[in-house]
Amino acid sequence: MENYTLAIIIGVLVGFVSRLLMLRTDYRQYPTYPHGRVIHISLGLIAAGLGAIAVPALFEQDYTAITFLALAAQQFRDVRNMERNSLQQLDEMELVPRGSTYIEGIAMVFEGRNYLVIFSAFLTSLSTVFWGWQGGVIIGILTLVVDASFMSGKLVKDVAEVRQADVRIDGPDLYVDDIYIMNVGLEDTREKIKKVGLGFVLTPHNENSIVTISNIGQRQAILHDVSTILGVYRDTGEPSLVPLSKRSLDDGRLGVFLIPQNRNPRKAMEIIRHVPVLEGAIRMPSESEANE
Amino acid sequence: MMGTSLEKYILAVITMDPQKVSGGAPIFYAENEDEMQKTAFTLEKILDGMAHDVKNGTMIIVKHF
Repeated sequence: MENYTLAIIIGVLVGFVSRLLMLRTDYRQYPTYPHGRVIHISLGLIAAGLGAIAVPALFEQDYTAITFLALAAQQFRDVRNMERNSLQQLDEMELVPRGSTYIEGIAMVFEGRNYLVIFSAFLTSLSTVFWGWQGGVIIGILTLVVDASFMSGKLVKDVAEVRQADVRIDGPDLYVDDIYIMNVGLEDTREKIKKVGLGFVLTPHNENSIVTISNIGQRQAILHDVSTILGVYRDTGEPSLVPLSKRSLDDGRLGVFLIPQNRNPRKAMEIIRHVPVLEGAIRMPSESEANE
Repeated sequence: MMGTSLEKYILAVITMDPQKVSGGAPIFYAENEDEMQKTAFTLEKILDGMAHDVKNGTMIIVKHF
């Protein structure tokens, strides 16, 4: 019995620590601080408790207890819904929205991380029952490493080469390098664009990245991230000052036109390189049977 | 979603050549290039639609949703 108490305590602790490790409020400021964080820390604690308690319940042959895990899954699916809804609401008030693919990605991460917490707590609790607290701590640390590895996704620099390109205005037509972006009617706006506009071209590394980079959600994520970090030179009632990305239909290169508040080409390039590749945008045409 | 434009709607037309336009949207006549730019500027800010140059002496204000 004492063994179980220890298992539950260590399991809950490891699960809780893993949630804290995976809860990062970075430049995106999401989850929002402090209340958004409080919500997720509390849910993390519940997840850790569920995972840790499942082991003693099984050993005591209390099999119905395991059905509570199913209930938990339902609960955490709601977390995803909650995050999706609140992000969609917030997105309407953004000058440069995140886009639904980015939102879906974030919501999915919140759900997924809670399962990782259950998993960590469960394994730690199990190994404590088997090998005592030393075993629990060792396995606990191992699961934390696994959790951390889930956090590092691909970045844009892994799928495409980013280089700065000229922003060219030819009459009313705006180009980045040779990629047509949009028609700008007002002379006044053209002058502003000449002053503050920045252009980048993303050249995808292979056929898979061509499709990933062309995803509208992925492109919106790039625009959103740069606008979040460098600010954006636009406001309501200024519909012409809009950051945009367009593809070169010939070879799948992506022309990105930006109007940052803080015009720093080197920084903007680094930001684009570090935009996460969204899970929902990844396609693998190379895996198709047609290609074998 | 902004930046990807799901739907477009012409809110106003500004032209120097009345022969070339007609139709549903309000049409503003301009004497010269300068007046056309000024009218388009004002309308853009008021209507929150984007001004585009159709290149034949006509500009349109388009709402991109």
